Amino acid sequence: MSKNEGLIYRISGPVVTATGIEARMYEVVRVGHEKLMGEVIEIHGDQSVIQVYEDTSGIRPGEPVLSTGQTLSVQLGPGLLTQIYDGIQRPLQTLEEVMGVFITRGVDADGLDLEKKWDFVATAEKGDEVSGGQVIGTVQETDTITHKIMVPPKSSGKIKTIKSGKFNVTETVCTLDDGTEIRMMQEWPVRHPRPFSQKYAPDTPLVTGMRILDFLFPLAKGGAAGIPGPFGSGKTVTQQSLAKYSDAQLVVYIGCGERGNEMTEVLDEFPHLIDPNTGKPLMNRTVMIANTSNMPVAAREASVYTGITIAEYFRDQGYDVALMADSTSRWAEAMREISSRLEEMPGEEGYPAYLSSRLAEFYERAGRVETLNGEDGSVTVIGAVSPPGGDISEPVSQGTLRIVKVFWGLDAGLARQRHFPAINWLSSYSLYPQSLNQWFRDNIASDFPEVRTQISALLKVEAELQEIVQLVGSDALPIDQQLTLEVARMIREYFLQQNGFDPIDAYSGVQQQYAMAQAILTFQDEAKKAMAAGARLQDVVNVPARTELMRARFAEGYLEKIGGLVDAMVVEIAATAEAN
Amino acid sequence: MTSKEYKTITDIKGPLVFLEKTEPVAYGEIVSIRLSDGSEKNGQVLDTSDDMVVVQVFEGTEAIDRKAGVKFMGDVFKLPVSKGLIGRILDGAGRPRDGGPEIIADENADIIGAAINPYSRQSPHDFIQTGVSAIDCCTTLVRGQKLPIFSASGLPHNDIALQIARQAKLRDSDEEFIVVFCAMGITAEEYNFFRSDLERTGALENAALFVNLADDPAVERLITPRLALTAAEYLAFEHDYHVLVIYTDMTNYCDSLRQIGAAREEVPGRRGYPGYMYTDLAMLYERAGIVKGKKGSITQFPILTMPGDDITHPIPDLSGYITEGQIVISRELHQAGIYPPINVLPSLSRLMGSCIGEKTTREDHKKVSDQMYAAYAQGRELRGLVAIVGEDALNERDLQLLKFADIFEDKFLRQDRDEDRTIDETLNLCWDLMTNIDTKYLVRLDQELIEKYLPEEKNA
Ligand SMILES: Nc1ncnc2c1ncn2[C@@H]1O[C@H](COP(=O)(O)OP(=O)(O)OP(=O)(O)O)[C@@H](O)[C@H]1O
Ligand SMILES: [Mg+2]
Repeated sequence: MSKNEGLIYRISGPVVTATGIEARMYEVVRVGHEKLMGEVIEIHGDQSVIQVYEDTSGIRPGEPVLSTGQTLSVQLGPGLLTQIYDGIQRPLQTLEEVMGVFITRGVDADGLDLEKKWDFVATAEKGDEVSGGQVIGTVQETDTITHKIMVPPKSSGKIKTIKSGKFNVTETVCTLDDGTEIRMMQEWPVRHPRPFSQKYAPDTPLVTGMRILDFLFPLAKGGAAGIPGPFGSGKTVTQQSLAKYSDAQLVVYIGCGERGNEMTEVLDEFPHLIDPNTGKPLMNRTVMIANTSNMPVAAREASVYTGITIAEYFRDQGYDVALMADSTSRWAEAMREISSRLEEMPGEEGYPAYLSSRLAEFYERAGRVETLNGEDGSVTVIGAVSPPGGDISEPVSQGTLRIVKVFWGLDAGLARQRHFPAINWLSSYSLYPQSLNQWFRDNIASDFPEVRTQISALLKVEAELQEIVQLVGSDALPIDQQLTLEVARMIREYFLQQNGFDPIDAYSGVQQQYAMAQAILTFQDEAKKAMAAGARLQDVVNVPARTELMRARFAEGYLEKIGGLVDAMVVEIAATAEAN
Repeated sequence: MTSKEYKTITDIKGPLVFLEKTEPVAYGEIVSIRLSDGSEKNGQVLDTSDDMVVVQVFEGTEAIDRKAGVKFMGDVFKLPVSKGLIGRILDGAGRPRDGGPEIIADENADIIGAAINPYSRQSPHDFIQTGVSAIDCCTTLVRGQKLPIFSASGLPHNDIALQIARQAKLRDSDEEFIVVFCAMGITAEEYNFFRSDLERTGALENAALFVNLADDPAVERLITPRLALTAAEYLAFEHDYHVLVIYTDMTNYCDSLRQIGAAREEVPGRRGYPGYMYTDLAMLYERAGIVKGKKGSITQFPILTMPGDDITHPIPDLSGYITEGQIVISRELHQAGIYPPINVLPSLSRLMGSCIGEKTTREDHKKVSDQMYAAYAQGRELRGLVAIVGEDALNERDLQLLKFADIFEDKFLRQDRDEDRTIDETLNLCWDLMTNIDTKYLVRLDQELIEKYLPEEKNA
């Protein structure tokens, strides 16, 4: 028996132990008569411990194990966009064709369509000196995305031949002097970050269209954010909103150990939704990975790596990519499950001791970089976290918060009050404002950061005042503080609340956000003036023009109308003083 | 299949039997154990290697000794399925319990159940009218949804589940549901209650029951829901039935899971439950839904009792993370004499948005439901405030909302156990009750709707 064939010694759920093969760590192996795909995750003397990506029921000790010499890799090239994959990049559509509606096992499927012909347009020429990561041609993959064909990271040399034309992804489109053949498809091991020239400090926000995020807790392109929250608090709705409206050029959406129906919803919706930034169907810029809660846990563990490798690949083409992982807790649980089968020494709450380093490694793959091709590209990572009982003192939340610079904390209480998005404005934070302020000043308004400070200060004061109100009722407060409470209420109900399902209000441009914030401050100033001149708070608050200003955001063209609505409000408020 | 009998048991611990020196045994294989008195027990392989096999014994290991004979049956656990399941009562391991004959199998289905390909799912969107106002208005149920009832001991969750099973229907359609009922560790009394109710209404003829009671083997509970769901899948996806699966009590199921974990000396997760409980529960709950190209559907109503009424306990917590909402039963409302004591505030139906509105229920549904919810939430909060500062401190609006909370509970929530309200009746009731609040405080309603539906306005 050769060294690349061994036998199963033990099976315990998704973990299989084999003897007789000389495999390397993270090598892909084939397990049992059905050749189930697995990956070596531990080596003990003659024994290789394998996590298997499919159900192992019915497999017996003594069945064969084959090593393949390869590590777990994804296929990268034209054909990724609009796809939905499982955790190990098998297209779910292909699986349906082969297996029917239930996912059985033992089926291999290529990540890319190997037959489909693409129109390759060479952009490099014979004689050009090229090296890894350099773009040699393009394929118009969807309406919005031009797929750039790059020299694989480790190759370089002088182009001997290159031709435009129709090719499938395995045909050679270019050869180098040393005989290297370049195809449109390349493979990359998922657990290795793809190379780049250098990392830059982020200086541009990822505009999400959600007011509380962009305005108060902005995320940078190339940054990382964590969204922890108990069940039903809005992690998925927030992630889906980001996938729909954020101004990333490309979105990789990973459904990691969550519900099947949520993925179906995205599949149903995205082809019909229009990207507000390009006017084209959202699906054209989207790659989905769906390894739902009931699909094999080992593939769930891999899904996050599969997703981020695809994201990096598009980053290398000079795109701004946003990756959503819903939920990283299920990924961590997959690690815990495998680790416990390995009988490893557990760390906190049974998670493996390496949990926090795995989390850190993953989020480190976010970043804004200079690509090998000399362009600017970024991967922004947004990870949902599902803490047990909503208590973020647990290891996954804590491990995440140590790394990410943006924390969007979802709050069960707010969700129960139907205040959506239920992001707690007191506990959430972003460490990016300093590096993004210049962008906001240059692109939105020179006093943008100052306006933000005023708004958040009002919210903090409100929280303090509310404590007093709880004890004595609001009527006992001095009138100026009662006004502060009204202004803060306006911030909450008009500005922070944003229904993720409202066709218009779900997306709010940053210009509009700024105008709305200004409108609130104008209300405060005018109300103060009027009250100093004798107006009653109640009358000031109830001027119809203010109600109209607030309500009009649900109708099209709000940004254009807002100036007029504010003017009308100013007039009416001034009139309340005269009436008295 | 005749297979060799091994007498190589080395250890017996909790529900587990360990044995050595066997031929290769498959992971998940079914095992039959013959005791010295000739009786038999069944089990399943949890871990298998050349040296050692670990078997989990469904009936518990009582009376097993090292001389017991162990046979491996060559296959994983399968349930014989056919339309003959309808009208039958089986025990927790799938054997007839009603004195009837064995089920004649059309096929033998693997009970673990394969995952539905997310690409092959179809989004649920058909409104189910349960006739219970709190549910239909505020946490609307959708065909193909998994919507658990979070309850606690001593609360009338069984009545609610049965009322839903009796009354659930699609509007303007005579397509009926058939019920697959799965009992896990409930008392004989509770079971009889379910059974006689299903019998009384004739639903039993259209139901399949899988029953593991409190005094039945605890480990068997781990397979009972899998049998029920396997039957449900067969009936839904091979025979086009709309199946309503009610299973109770998930808490007993989880406790059995914990027992196995402890016996295997696994590193426990929160409160001693295994770290893989999320995945394990998902393997049950995710077996709800609708798939492309099939007419039938599976709607799930799991019932669980929250230990210590604590919604952050791992059982409700992990369930809530998987299911598509929850209906929360409140002890406080129950003690106040209100049936059904559903607390709509922490309750949620995540799929509601897809099934309400002009085409399916009524144009005003969403707004009315939001308004009812908001007013009740504020009213309940004011109750707390009034307890501290007294009613005098309230302004007119707050007073109205405070009173509305009582009206909501008394007139809207409260209904009889056999009172079946249509969605129109429920929504009209909402508008009637809203007359107790000044229209200027009904901020979630459009003027247009107010004019059309609010009784005073309509008559004006
Ligand atoms: N921005 C929003 N706008 C409107 N409704 C929202 C919003 N966010 C959440 N919701 C409501 O809350 C429900 C639950 O949200 P979501 O599914 O995102 O929760 P989750 O945090 O992902 O929960 P889980 O951890 O169980 O997956 C939604 O179905 C919706 O009704
Ligand atoms: Mg979610």
